[in-house]
Amino acid sequence: MTALASAKDTEMVEKTNSASPNRVIDIENLSLTFETNDGPVHALSDIDLKIDEGDFVSFIGPSGCGKTTLLRVIADLEKPTAGSITVNGVSPEEARLNRAYGYVFQSSALYPWRTIAKNVALPLEIMGLSGEEQQERISRNMDLVNLSGFEKKYPWQLSGGMQQRASIARALAVEPDLLLMDEPFGALDEIVRDHLNEQLLQLWAKTNKTVVFVTHSIPEAVFLSTKIVVLCPRPGRIYDVIDSNLPRDRSLDVRETPEFLKIAHRVRDGLRAGHSYED
Amino acid sequence: MTDATHSSPRSINPFAGLMSGTVGPVIVVVLVILAIWYISAVALNTPFQKGLYERASRTDVPVSQLITDTLAQERPVLPAPHQVIVEIWKTTVQKKITSKRSLVFHTGITLSSTLLGFLLGTTLGILLSIGIVHSRVLDKSLMPWVISSQTIPILAIAPMIIVVLNAVGISGLLPKAMISTYLSFFPVTVGMVKGLRSPEVIHMDLMHTYSASRIQAFWKLRLPYAVPYLFTSMKIGMAASLVGAIVGELPTGAVAGLGARLLAGSYYGQTVQIWSALLMAAFLAGSLVALIGVLEKITLKRMGMAR
Ligand SMILES: Nc1ncnc2c1ncn2[C@@H]1O[C@H](COP(=O)(O)OP(=O)(O)O)[C@@H](O)[C@H]1O
Ligand SMILES: [Mg+2]
Repeated sequence: MTALASAKDTEMVEKTNSASPNRVIDIENLSLTFETNDGPVHALSDIDLKIDEGDFVSFIGPSGCGKTTLLRVIADLEKPTAGSITVNGVSPEEARLNRAYGYVFQSSALYPWRTIAKNVALPLEIMGLSGEEQQERISRNMDLVNLSGFEKKYPWQLSGGMQQRASIARALAVEPDLLLMDEPFGALDEIVRDHLNEQLLQLWAKTNKTVVFVTHSIPEAVFLSTKIVVLCPRPGRIYDVIDSNLPRDRSLDVRETPEFLKIAHRVRDGLRAGHSYED
Repeated sequence: MTDATHSSPRSINPFAGLMSGTVGPVIVVVLVILAIWYISAVALNTPFQKGLYERASRTDVPVSQLITDTLAQERPVLPAPHQVIVEIWKTTVQKKITSKRSLVFHTGITLSSTLLGFLLGTTLGILLSIGIVHSRVLDKSLMPWVISSQTIPILAIAPMIIVVLNAVGISGLLPKAMISTYLSFFPVTVGMVKGLRSPEVIHMDLMHTYSASRIQAFWKLRLPYAVPYLFTSMKIGMAASLVGAIVGELPTGAVAGLGARLLAGSYYGQTVQIWSALLMAAFLAGSLVALIGVLEKITLKRMGMAR
């Protein structure tokens, strides 16, 4: 069983390496069916997707179309029932063991008994970093998300937006090349969300990380992404993949440009078509 | 909360103020209990008192005399509260602690085996719960035994434990403590299994994304989550330990301890002595549980979980 799996992995490594050295995620014919008491749920069906280093990819689609599930497959939190996937050229499990990614959940998932600084330290403790190194990474990443001065606060003493920023600092502290974010700003009001979007974009531009970002907001997806993946439900599948021609270095003003509106329009069409298909 | 809003200063009901805080209602409840106790004492002791009057051929005893007499019998069916309190006063404050007739001495004996048994039981409970949570095999094989262990009446196996341990030369504190352990490991095991399994899925997922080992997940996630459960089950375990210690003293030939006082009291019909030992046991249980409550508050506050 293990021998078979690792043999398959090696084969995949060679294949991806020859295809593109910068390929971060390679998904082929991937399907995932949940067996539930009410029968099978086809959460993902026949997904093909390639994500390269430095891409900012958004998954957009109505609730229940499998965005979270796809992200969780990449993070090795779910196992696909068919097809293949590699992350950094290896299986998602191996990538996870290599701590290849940082994952930001839909809710902040901070531990209530830890202060903010201690929450950011959690993955660093698990990685076994020295106290000095931990301190350095904590202050740098809390600074990055504008949370300096809140080190000693407990999560419940912070607003929702600050809690979510703390969870982003926690993911960044691992210093992964790949960031997986599941509707991180979904519960926040629009002004805070705009602000965090800008910060995220700056961070991405500065560090050349690869970001996979789940959202159901069209402006957010278009503003952030170099590639937008439109999904539609029942069964969850990719309806459209849009490569953005907006400049990598962009500010919120870009939302007024015709290029932006054109992409937004195509996303909206995709969402609408995906929906009517089902009705 | 709602009580407080109802009892505004303008309220006309004189009892509204009394019932608003926590002190007021507690006093009322205590008074009601005392009243019921006195009435019951009079009612239960009257037949014996009337028998006394008959033998003395006294026929015209006024009711007030009857009531006073029923509350002052030497071996009443139900002693009056003040009789018990006087007995407790005489056997605590007015006796040297080293005296065999000191209730403090006997309470100390019971307390020490309660604490030892509680410590052993809590440790055993925590260890069992860790095993059960981390191993399916242990979960399937141990849990039924843990549960069925509590279906055996403790009174049935207490003498066996004492006798068997005495036979192998273990006597004194440990056999009694074993019975406390037997009773107290159960709530701790069950509570901790629940606590260690209580982390939210998203928090477990987070640990998974960090590829944390099971040991790391235990120390950094499961254990902190289980702390409130631990304190709750320790309170139950402590009360159970005290019961165990008292039961353990019954078959030891009534030498020392609150259990011994109960047994000696019932041999000689010393109901006042029985009741003072009972009250002392209740007071001890209340204090021990309250002590755990204080520890719980401090711990949760230091963990940042109490707001
Ligand atoms: N653990 C699970 N068990 C059964 N069904 C699930 C599970 N997780 C998700 N699903 C189902 O899979 C589908 C896709 O879910 P999800 O990926 O959460 O959608 P999205 O994030 O796009 O809203 C939904 O129909 C959902 O009910
Ligand atoms: Mg989702």
